[in-house]
Amino acid sequence: MTSSETEQTDEQNATPTPGTDGLTDSADDWSADQSTDDRTIIEARDLDVYYGDEQALQSVDVAIPEKRVTAMIGPSGCGKSTFLRSINRMNDLIDAARVEGELLFDGKNVYDDDVDPVALRRKIGMVFQSPNPFPKSIYDNVAYGLEVQGKTDDVDEKVHRALERAALLDEVEDQLDESGLELSGGQQQRLCIARAIAPDPEVLLMDEPASALDPVATSQIEDLIEELAEDYTVVIVTHNMQQAARISDRTAVFLTGGELVEFDDTTKIFENPESQRVEDYITGKFG
Amino acid sequence: MSVETENGETDGESTFGTVSRTRDVAFRYVALAATLVGIVSLALLLANVAVDAVGWLDWQFLTSPPHPSPFEAGIFPALVGSIALMLLIALITFPLGVGAAIYLEEYASGGLLTRFIQINIANLAGVPSVVYGLLGLGLFVGLLNLGFGTLLVAGFTISLLILPIVIITSQEAIRAVPDSQRQASYGMGATKWQTIRNVVLPRAMPGILTGTILALGRAIGETAPLIMIGAPTTVFGVPNSLFSKISAMPMQIYTWAQYPETEFQYGVVAAAAVTLLVVFLAINSIAILIRNKYQQRTEQ
Repeated sequence: MTSSETEQTDEQNATPTPGTDGLTDSADDWSADQSTDDRTIIEARDLDVYYGDEQALQSVDVAIPEKRVTAMIGPSGCGKSTFLRSINRMNDLIDAARVEGELLFDGKNVYDDDVDPVALRRKIGMVFQSPNPFPKSIYDNVAYGLEVQGKTDDVDEKVHRALERAALLDEVEDQLDESGLELSGGQQQRLCIARAIAPDPEVLLMDEPASALDPVATSQIEDLIEELAEDYTVVIVTHNMQQAARISDRTAVFLTGGELVEFDDTTKIFENPESQRVEDYITGKFG
Repeated sequence: MSVETENGETDGESTFGTVSRTRDVAFRYVALAATLVGIVSLALLLANVAVDAVGWLDWQFLTSPPHPSPFEAGIFPALVGSIALMLLIALITFPLGVGAAIYLEEYASGGLLTRFIQINIANLAGVPSVVYGLLGLGLFVGLLNLGFGTLLVAGFTISLLILPIVIITSQEAIRAVPDSQRQASYGMGATKWQTIRNVVLPRAMPGILTGTILALGRAIGETAPLIMIGAPTTVFGVPNSLFSKISAMPMQIYTWAQYPETEFQYGVVAAAAVTLLVVFLAINSIAILIRNKYQQRTEQ
């Protein structure tokens, strides 16, 4: 971590980007030149989340573009996972959690009274920190979302396609009836990704999906995320700044106290952040 | 461990020294003795009863009704009564117990009322069975007028007795299902019921079944509630409806033990005790088989 962070700083020194024009200067970067005319799919407006008396998010404003990878980075306990879980209302499962402000998905505030969180979660897939396949067969794991959502036509085809998209089909094609728990950690996580995308959601939320995996499995997951962004909006929480730099188009930096300090194109955040605190965090001086 | 190292004496001759194992060894034998007390007394008891039962426990004993002569007495009605009672109790307690456990673990918020209910279930599990007998007498016989000593009343009464145990063990099994599994299910857009049915229950089922088996094991040996609800001391026919008067094996053993003839007090009672134990072990092993099958299915 430390060595690559230094590398980051060196890079920054080598190519000085002039102030606010960082965006145009790095136009050769593939992630930067696409982000201008993106449609916003998820937007937080003055979003506060409390756990009991403790405030986990402080008036967060953010607009997440469609079919891009958006990374949430920041130190432990900064609220990035809380933000992720407020998008598909997984925070509802915690009794003490309370949300104020607006979180718009396709222009609709998901915290409106007429929004059914179960229906919302059917449009937003989720992948968790440690792989959590069910103690069912590989096939049944991937088919789970289709089953609970009542999408019972062409299950076979959808399961195969999801496994293929998750880059797992080749490895498990002849053992679909075997338990998902018998796969390796990296395979299990790709199985969970296949499970999440099988019902074809619009957004894929990933909560540190590679933090429990070895470097090889991590790099497979990262490649996969970049491919998935062709069809899905991916929002990924990560501890790993290099990972965010590698795979994301936009990056949000949360710092202590649940404050979203800066949100911009990933290149801009890593090469020329507006905020001194973000720069300190990214260069490893803090956090 | 740490205590031992503190008191350990080092030996200057060896490079690292040695650490005293006296307490280690002593504790090992104390633990072994504690284990043996239980196992040996159980073995002695079983051997004693088995020896007494020799010559008495035969086909005639198993298939005949009770008789004033110890040589013609049989346990058939009580045997059938016990098995029918077990089935009825299982049918009543399983859905009620699992339902209550699901409610308390998955639906109820952890408020004061839930905690109050929780504490009281734990207390109910410790209430003596004779008190449940009184409740059965007052509620099912008196208030609901279901008849003295009928199969239905006996089933309800003993079900109430073991329900707290079934609820508590089922709750523990449900609580042991990792939360990550529920999250995965909710994250897929599953409703609470879908999550409970597809994820929580299959995973908790081996534990729930174990709890129910243990509770049924307690139920089959209960005598006090049967006496309280007015079950007859001797029944000559097998129960043919829920409203038949029934006897159960422990009740029959209790009755026989009071007869003046020594043949009853030793031979017949011992034969009945062995029968009771065999039925108890049979029910347990069937349930364990079911449980293992479930376990394989969920953990494969």
